[in-house]
Amino acid sequence: MKNLVAFPLLALAFMLQTAVVSRITLLSGVADFVLLILISWALQESVRSAWHWAALAGLIGIFVSGLPPYVLMPAYLAAVALARYVLRQTWQTPILALFSVTFFSTLILHLITYVSLSFLGASISPGDVLAIITLPSIFLNFLLVLPVHSFIRDLALWVYPVEDMV
Amino acid sequence: MALSGSLGFVSNNFNSMLVTAQAWISTRFVVIQDFLTVPRDVVALRQRNTELEAEVSRLQAQVVQLQNSVSDADALAALVNFSRSNPENSYSAASVIGRDPSPFLRYVIIDKGSNEGLRRGMPVVTDQGLVGRVDAVINSAARVQLITDTSSAVNIRLEKAKKEAVLTGTVAGDLVLDLVAQDVVLENGDIVLTSGLGGGYPAGLIVGQVLNVRKRDADLFQQAVIQPVVDFTKLKIVLIITDFRPVDISPLVPIP
Repeated sequence: MKNLVAFPLLALAFMLQTAVVSRITLLSGVADFVLLILISWALQESVRSAWHWAALAGLIGIFVSGLPPYVLMPAYLAAVALARYVLRQTWQTPILALFSVTFFSTLILHLITYVSLSFLGASISPGDVLAIITLPSIFLNFLLVLPVHSFIRDLALWVYPVEDMV
Repeated sequence: MALSGSLGFVSNNFNSMLVTAQAWISTRFVVIQDFLTVPRDVVALRQRNTELEAEVSRLQAQVVQLQNSVSDADALAALVNFSRSNPENSYSAASVIGRDPSPFLRYVIIDKGSNEGLRRGMPVVTDQGLVGRVDAVINSAARVQLITDTSSAVNIRLEKAKKEAVLTGTVAGDLVLDLVAQDVVLENGDIVLTSGLGGGYPAGLIVGQVLNVRKRDADLFQQAVIQPVVDFTKLKIVLIITDFRPVDISPLVPIP
C-alpha cells in the first residue's frame, strides 16, 4: 500500500522539475530530478517496485514534456535496468556506483533524445549537444544526486521497513 | 545661636558632609541596583531583539513580495499597453508556470488552457515581440513552443532588405536565419518581422534584429544570427492571440 506514494511523489517531482529545476541552467543543461529519483530508488536493495516507478514516471513525462512519447519511457527503464545491474554487482552501493549510474543514465537519456529529435528533422549538432547540454546536465545531476539519494533512502526505509534480525 | 548665624560654619560643613555621604550612598546604590537589574534587562533585551529580528524578517519578506507585485504590475501594464496599441487582435494573458523538463526543448507551460479559449497553434507574444505558439492544451494549462526551439520555424520578413526567410531555433537557444540568398543585403541591426506566410503566425510581429551575418563566397546561402527582442529566460507573463486561427497548409505541400 505504501508503494502508492509513487503517484504523489513523482507528480511532485515533475512539478518541481518544470517549475524550479528546469529554470536553473548551466549553459543549456539542466538537472533531471525525476531521473535522479528513479536511479536512487532503484539503487535501494529493499526496493521491489523500481520498474513500476520508471513506467509511471515515463507516463507522466509523456503528458508533461514535449518530447516524443517513445523517449522518456525507454530512457527511464534503461536507467532502472542499469541501476539494478550495478546493485547486483556491488555491495552496499558505494557512492561511485551512484555517480556511475547517474552519468550513464544521463548519457542514455540524452542519446535517445538526440536520436529521436534528429529523426524528426531537428538539425542538432552532436558537438553542441555534448558541450552545452549533456556535460552541464551531468554536472548538475552530480550536484543534486546526493541529497536526492539521501531522501530516497529514508523513503525506502519507510516503504520497506528493515525486519529485525532474530 | 543658630538664628544669629553663629553656627553657620558648623551647619554648612555638616550639610556638606551629609550631602557628600548621601551622594556616595546614592551612587553605590545605583551601581548595586544596576548590577542586580542588568541581567534581567539582558533577558528582556534579548527577547525584544528576537521580536525585532522576526519583525525585520517579516518586513523584508513583505518588501520582496511587494517588489514582485510591482514587477508583475509593470509587466501587466506593458501588456495592456501592447494590447491597446494592437486592437486588431484579441488577447488572453497567462503566467508562465514552468519549463519543459528536457534541456533539448524550449517550451514553457502557462496557466491558461482550453477553458479560457486557448487552442493549439495560437501565437504567443509579449509587449516586446513574438514568443512562440501554443503546442498543446489541456483544460487549465497549455504548453508553448518558443521560437528558439530547434523544431520551430518562423516565416519572417527582413524589414530593410524586403526579403522573406525562415527563422529557426538552435540547441543553444539562439535564432538563426538560414537559406538566405547571397544577393540579399543583410546588415547588423536589420529588424526581423513575421511575414505571415504559411499561416502559422500573423504578419508584422517583431521577432528581433540581425546580430551577426555569416557570408562566404563558397556557400550557396548566407546565414545570420538574430537577436530576439524577448528575453526568454525572464518570461513571466505572456499574451495569447486568441482570435488568430493558424492555417494548416501541410495538405498543399507536395510530397517529394
